[in-house]
Amino acid sequence: MENLIEVSYFIAAVLFILGLKRMSSPVTARGGILWAGSGMLVATLITFLFPGMENYVLMTTAIFIGGVAAFWSGKKVAMTDMPQMIALYNGMGGGAAGAIAAVELLKGEFHSQIFLTLAVLGALIGSVSFSGSLIAFAKLQGLIRRPMRYTGQQYFNFAVALVSLALAATLIFKGETTGLLILIFFAVALAYGFLMALPIGGADMPVVISLFNALTGLAVGFEGFVLNNAAMIIAGTVVGSAGTLLTQLMAKAMNRSLGNVLFSSFGTAEGEQGEVTGSLKPIDAPDAGIMMAYAERVIIIPGYGMAVAQAQHKIWELTKLLQERGVDVKFAIHPVAGRMPGHMNVLLAEANVPYDLLYDQDEINAAFPQTDVALVIGANDVVNPAARTDSSSPIYGMPILDADKAHNVIVIKRGQGKGFSGVENALFYADNTRMLYGDGQAMASALIQAIKEL
Amino acid sequence: MIEGMTALYIFMLSAFTGYEVISRVPVILHTPLMSGSNFVHGIVLVGAMVAMGHAHTPIEQVVGFIGVFLAAGNAVGGYVVTERMLEMFKSSKGKA
Repeated sequence: MENLIEVSYFIAAVLFILGLKRMSSPVTARGGILWAGSGMLVATLITFLFPGMENYVLMTTAIFIGGVAAFWSGKKVAMTDMPQMIALYNGMGGGAAGAIAAVELLKGEFHSQIFLTLAVLGALIGSVSFSGSLIAFAKLQGLIRRPMRYTGQQYFNFAVALVSLALAATLIFKGETTGLLILIFFAVALAYGFLMALPIGGADMPVVISLFNALTGLAVGFEGFVLNNAAMIIAGTVVGSAGTLLTQLMAKAMNRSLGNVLFSSFGTAEGEQGEVTGSLKPIDAPDAGIMMAYAERVIIIPGYGMAVAQAQHKIWELTKLLQERGVDVKFAIHPVAGRMPGHMNVLLAEANVPYDLLYDQDEINAAFPQTDVALVIGANDVVNPAARTDSSSPIYGMPILDADKAHNVIVIKRGQGKGFSGVENALFYADNTRMLYGDGQAMASALIQAIKEL
Repeated sequence: MIEGMTALYIFMLSAFTGYEVISRVPVILHTPLMSGSNFVHGIVLVGAMVAMGHAHTPIEQVVGFIGVFLAAGNAVGGYVVTERMLEMFKSSKGKA
């Protein structure tokens, strides 16, 4: 029996790695999740046969409740809200790793100091990931609107981190543990996760979620050592390192270091930035439609606003209409447009926009000077020329789409407010820019109407 | 029983594997891949089941229950969300 379990875990680990590998190419990505899913199913079912287990009824109940709740919420959630759901499920995984450690600590039957150390470290990391992910979820869900910051915050957080490490060390070296000590340890670790995530702004959340994802993986790997479970060790560690790399790639796409994301207060330097000159010049949909219909080349730049307005289907309809008139339409996708890298691609794919119309920043930036109309829909920071020119801007140095170099720029925007980073956008004040105020979907419909009437 | 150095080797090789799997991934797959790796650490469910299966005192059982509940949420939710995201790649050029 034990051999069967070991072999099943081995197969699961292989399926996880192959599944992840397949997920890293668009052609095989869909199969990848099936592979990983089969691995999970095999590992979970075989675990019911684990020798010497009790509490089957409660266990099955817990799986049922957790599984159904997650299945229901995962199926129901809108595509735009995917990022926060990833944060939520990731937090649950971190919490589970913490719970495993808690059970083992309560039992207190560790074979060696090393296992005890790994259990405590896994508990610490898992708990931080749990509470931090919940904050990330709350922020993206709009439950917490503003980043919470106060003077001395970094020092306070640092102190809490030290306290949680000290408690961890006490648990590891004191030998005899009490329930109270374990409780305090978890409370402080959870508090640190909250405190750490609170000051981070919404625009940085993707990077933070990815970081918590890597941390959960690491915590799972550590608890795998404690339980002597090879599938957990391998899967957890693979996710830990893959997640770390992914976090770095995301931070790099925003031209910021991870430390900068975690410990600097983004967008607080307002007022010291270079003055934005010019005025906002509105345009109405019929004029904008004519402009696009008689253009030769149009580049559409989608952003989070398109996701919120669910405008991707209308945008594709608009694109097809323009193509029928012989207009060359391309989509320019900034790596961090939306709330996550690839967010826009997923949404446009949902609307059946073919892949060969989507261009990365590097591929398309050279095309803007020959473009008649750049249509910016719900994007802001990723087209802000201040990132190129204004060294005092918080987003200075971030690679952007050079929409301002197009002959004409039309910006669809709900209001005159600032973007997610709270930075004023010089593009909106440029001479060749016209503002089309309104909801993304409504304005896209209005543009379609205008072009049809020509 | 996985012994000290063997455990360290497994850890090292797994870490390199994760790194290799992710490198050279197109930006469009970053979100699905993050979601996919989020699903993969749902394997914590197996550990939570074992921990709960060997829980004896009521407090251990309660904590174990919470662990299994959370882990099941991670695994199932991670799968559903990833599957929905990747579903959209069927319209890409070439076969899915």
